[in-house]
Amino acid sequence: MAKITAKTKVKAAKPKTKPGKTAKTQTASAKSEPPKAMVTVYIMGKAHKVPADATIMGAIEYAGYQIKRGAGCREGFCGACATVYRLPGDYKIYTGMACMTLVQDGMWLSQLPAIPSQKPVYDLDKLEPNVAVFQKLYPEVFRCVACNTCTKACPQDLEVMDYIQAAKQGNIEKVMDLSFDCLSCGLCAIRCPAEIVHFNVGILARRLYGKYLRKNSDHLDKMLKNVKSKKYDAAYKEMMKMKKDELKKKYYARDSE
Amino acid sequence: MYPDYMHDSLKKVDETRQKRLELERSGKNVFPPMTAEEREDVLNKFHPDYKPESRRQVHIGPNKGELLTTEVADILESHSRIESKLFDLTTPDYETDILIVGAGGAGCAAAIIARQNGAQSIISTKLRMGDANSMMSQGGMQAAVTEKDSPTIHYLDALGGGHFDNKPDLVRALTEDGPEVVKWLEDLGVVWDKNPDGSMYVLHGGGTSRKRMHSCRDYTGAIIMRTLMDEVRNHPDDIKVLEFMPTVELIMDDKGRCAGGILYNMETEEYFTVKAKAVIIATGGYGRLHIRGFDTTNHYGATGDGLVIAYRAGAKLMYMDSVQYHPTGSVFPEQIAGFLITEKIRGAGGQPINKFGELFVWPREPRDVESASFIRECLERKNGIQTPSGRWGVWLDSPLIEIIQGDGYMNKNFPAMYRQFIRYNIDITKEPMLVYPSLHYQNGGVEINDHCETNVKGLYVAGEASGGVHGRNRLMGNSVLDYNVFGRRAGKFAAGYAKSAPIGKLSLEHITAYENELKKAKIKTDRVAPVLLPLYTSDEVKKRQLTAHYEGTLR
Repeated sequence: MAKITAKTKVKAAKPKTKPGKTAKTQTASAKSEPPKAMVTVYIMGKAHKVPADATIMGAIEYAGYQIKRGAGCREGFCGACATVYRLPGDYKIYTGMACMTLVQDGMWLSQLPAIPSQKPVYDLDKLEPNVAVFQKLYPEVFRCVACNTCTKACPQDLEVMDYIQAAKQGNIEKVMDLSFDCLSCGLCAIRCPAEIVHFNVGILARRLYGKYLRKNSDHLDKMLKNVKSKKYDAAYKEMMKMKKDELKKKYYARDSE
Repeated sequence: MYPDYMHDSLKKVDETRQKRLELERSGKNVFPPMTAEEREDVLNKFHPDYKPESRRQVHIGPNKGELLTTEVADILESHSRIESKLFDLTTPDYETDILIVGAGGAGCAAAIIARQNGAQSIISTKLRMGDANSMMSQGGMQAAVTEKDSPTIHYLDALGGGHFDNKPDLVRALTEDGPEVVKWLEDLGVVWDKNPDGSMYVLHGGGTSRKRMHSCRDYTGAIIMRTLMDEVRNHPDDIKVLEFMPTVELIMDDKGRCAGGILYNMETEEYFTVKAKAVIIATGGYGRLHIRGFDTTNHYGATGDGLVIAYRAGAKLMYMDSVQYHPTGSVFPEQIAGFLITEKIRGAGGQPINKFGELFVWPREPRDVESASFIRECLERKNGIQTPSGRWGVWLDSPLIEIIQGDGYMNKNFPAMYRQFIRYNIDITKEPMLVYPSLHYQNGGVEINDHCETNVKGLYVAGEASGGVHGRNRLMGNSVLDYNVFGRRAGKFAAGYAKSAPIGKLSLEHITAYENELKKAKIKTDRVAPVLLPLYTSDEVKKRQLTAHYEGTLR
């Protein structure tokens, strides 16, 4: 897989004071900071003063918005908080996850509440893991002009264009590997001039790999046979009858791998 | 980048690393595991659950008189969002075999299996499908599949972790279905981590006596969840997904059977009625209630909604006095405070270290014991490190992993974690992470049997919303297994029940009765539940939110 480069690195703010306070309990509200440095951001065009070290999501909530669409896991897994922004004096359009991206002074931002995307219905059992699958289900993949805009838009720094090229070649393993960490945020799809829905192509490839191209695990098959033949039935019944004290003894005496 | 004042402590962690590495390589335990008495002692003194104010008596409903987690008792003693007399139940807006509440792992698995058993379903969900804790699990899923392991060893590990309070039939279902779930997911296209020969790549977790943690890098939940979602979307004729439409009350029939739900469109603020032969609650947990004020690892919608609606319908709760704090929540930088740092880090050899660079606890104690030890190390022994904003933490020595497992291991196996920190100029292959327990999991829930049935006819519960399977403490990797095992079982048994289930006259009488019970118990409150979403508006803004009367959709 590609080395993670994290093009979105930021500098951590230096602490203003050394901690001296003794916290009795550690809670979400156990904060003892001096007045915070603030910046101005334009949330959908409207100016708001927000803490300089806030994430975009934190800033939106700080400003008073109750997010309905645009927040999910809040930790960089679900892809609900795709955001586009511009910076002062810079023509470029930037992309990021609101939960993972810090605000900058003068940032003009807007969340994308949902991204329209095609997802054909298919029966995985009837598919074959080769290039014809993509030709049939996602023919627009072959319109890719290799402009690399998708890769530039990816908040995970994935090599998105490379996996679309791999799909064109029917290299399902490569698509699986390069798209593995995808959040389905849709920022690639909304920027793509060929109207490809990259993240759904990735899901299809991963499912094909998992089902058809994986190496089988013999010990898993053996264990399934054991369970099916009720091999553990007696041992279960014995333990389920045991009193707490007996179980405790057995537990603390068990060996460990 | 860590602030300068932490550098002395970081240097000590560096200095002791070689010695700790040798200890790890010796094959012996790097720190003595606790005895039963030592576990009990540290839990009693330092686990947040054992503080008197963390629990209070609930005054109404099926668990009346019991001590429950305070924040849970609060949401149970609250008003409904609706007035039952305003609803005409004679012409429901939707009709289906099964109403599934929640579109996380359990809900999606239930829908897929219900369909295979001939039942159509509607999934009602508050956010989008997959916006769930299931999506966020990093470390993996336990299942006994290797030659050194067996489902019964897994059974004993789970019981010991849960302090032997787990319901035996549920733990048997959990552990015995485990291998089949691994295979089922693989056949649906989940890409498990494997050894070059195809055998499953498995690691230890806290409280496990065998290596049985299956993973998909550190995107385990994301890979499984997206696979299940994709499969749900492949059956639009049989599974209807209603997003941003949480179920805010259950509908009963005149014989006391569960027969549907009231759905709330959060965007248009309309309510809709669903008539169903069976209901599966798969709403997950309650991390966003911020119990005891703790930060949480949970997703935005984890507000315990299923507990409330099930309780009003008469479902009994189990172990709702027990909260899981994940030992390794992030505490620095501030922007990622509370975020989950997977237990797989310790499974791969990462060690918790105090400010002097010393080990102070065996890295793989069950979660509650490990968490309590971290709290003791920080708050009593003062051997933790304090962040600029006043949070305490201990080091989690991740650079050790790269040495133990070889160069490039972190990048390949912990890409999510690496990303999380490198944004803030912390390279976790070279510097440790600063961690402290974070509110993670609802150990208890609605009591179920191994068919996912509750004491209310027609009401099934699966996943984190259910109670009994983990006792009072869940082991790592057993929740991913839980939502698969019991999601599948709920789908199967609810579909079977729906085939012949009679439905009488629909009723919301139980809501009126609950309101009367509140009145009778002299509970005066303006609390309304389900909570739906937490509020993170700043105090400055709240001071100016002065609307006196709400009208229409303006709120």
